[in-house]
Amino acid sequence: MRQTDPMSPIPSRIEDLMGLASGDEKHDPSTRSTLDVLWVLYDRILRVDPRDPRAEDRDRFVLSKGHGPLGLYAILADKGFFPATELSRFLTWDGILGGHPDRNRVPGVETSTGSLGHGFPIAIGMALGMRAKGIDRRVIVLIGDGEANEGSVWESALLAGDLGLANLTAVFVDNGSSTRTLGDVGAKFSAFGWTARAVDGRDHAALERALGAPDPAHPTIVVARITD
Amino acid sequence: MRAQMGATIESLMAADPRLAVVLADISVGYFEGAAARHPQRVISVGIMEQTAVSLAAGLALEGFVPVVHSIAPFVVERPFEQIKDDFCYQRLGGNFISTGASYDYGTDGMTHYGMGDVPILRTLPGMEIVVPGTAAEFDALFRERYADGAPTYYRLQDQGNATDRPVRFGHLEVIRRGSAAVVVAVGPMLDRVLEATEGLDVGVAYCTTVAPFDGATLRTVAMEAGTRSIVLVEPYYEGALVPDVVLTFDREAVRIKAIGVPHRVLSRYGTAADHDRDLGLDAAGIRRRIVDFLADG
Repeated sequence: MRQTDPMSPIPSRIEDLMGLASGDEKHDPSTRSTLDVLWVLYDRILRVDPRDPRAEDRDRFVLSKGHGPLGLYAILADKGFFPATELSRFLTWDGILGGHPDRNRVPGVETSTGSLGHGFPIAIGMALGMRAKGIDRRVIVLIGDGEANEGSVWESALLAGDLGLANLTAVFVDNGSSTRTLGDVGAKFSAFGWTARAVDGRDHAALERALGAPDPAHPTIVVARITD
Repeated sequence: MRAQMGATIESLMAADPRLAVVLADISVGYFEGAAARHPQRVISVGIMEQTAVSLAAGLALEGFVPVVHSIAPFVVERPFEQIKDDFCYQRLGGNFISTGASYDYGTDGMTHYGMGDVPILRTLPGMEIVVPGTAAEFDALFRERYADGAPTYYRLQDQGNATDRPVRFGHLEVIRRGSAAVVVAVGPMLDRVLEATEGLDVGVAYCTTVAPFDGATLRTVAMEAGTRSIVLVEPYYEGALVPDVVLTFDREAVRIKAIGVPHRVLSRYGTAADHDRDLGLDAAGIRRRIVDFLADG
């Protein structure tokens, strides 16, 4: 298990919550690679209220790469979206926490995901809907580098860039799981009209800076590299 | 029917701020008025049907009632997984409207034909399937169901019936009574079924809602007629409604003749009427098969 950065640690209680759950070891690398990004989002960026998880004036977060959701579940429980005792029922018949998040069962989950390449275009629809309703809030979507083999990811990159969808931010977690060589993802998104930033996916301060000040005129992508 | 689609939706959008349209470069001209009046609720995303459907699900999550439209194979079969996962599994409401179903584009080849749309959508839990026979029937059925909270497919075909019927979602309409069999005519097949069964002692029931299928009415009509012989005449791949008929009659023996587009690759080019004639789906071909079926009974 990697050691957290002592300058910006993930609280040990998140590890404790994750420790209550077992059974999804095949997705453990995916859970670990997204943990810092998820923590920074829910601790410092997203304007969400666990007492009113569907409030109109909230930011929306979409885990497009739906596998390895244990970190998200632990953070949602820690923030009060549902009781921490649910973690001990992870992947069980009587629990609400499955191997991929289900919005109809898990408070705080905006949209169900699992099959790759769906959450990104769903997030575009949410961002367009919020814009049409005049809601001044953001949609932040987490994409995995393996997921970016899917064609719909690139359809979405083209569309959101061309629309100038400034209320959409993508976090691209690159943990080297893509079979194909993706090259410079930020440059590819920039070519579609996005504003791209690259950060160390373990550096909480850098993540906060990159995620906290989106480009007001274009969609923003934060490429978060995971090297451990 | 396509012009009616544009007019119906534009009319509804004026009164219902939830209604939104997602296009993929097809039929954009039919929505020009709606786009001019409601620019934030009409979008043509380009030729990316998978993204179009997922994007529509995102709109539904924000409280909108989305309509996704394209040619039948491109609004159903290409983004099938998006309809399945993003709408059916998430229990989101939305509308999927095709144009050119079956072989309206009869010289464009199999990639542009849509005979598998209804059979494949029937596999999805919660999916509603509507097959209107006229433009006015589309208008009535869409207005009745567009915001019902379920994913609903409206199958539009150029061919249609001459007479508008007082159709209701989820109901078979009994058009004619007869004792030798009950013929279920789906959507645009009604006129040719009526012609094909002229002088035959068969009942005719008109079906514009394929899912959920109105088995109760079919069973009542068959029982009243004293027959367990059912003929299905469907404009897509033959036999899509056979499971519904079998389940309707449960443990009772029932004879079924399924007439529709055969499961084979169509490699000739022509009008929809040419294809119908070749496949035995004109009135004469349908009559021939019904008469054979009755003779065997």
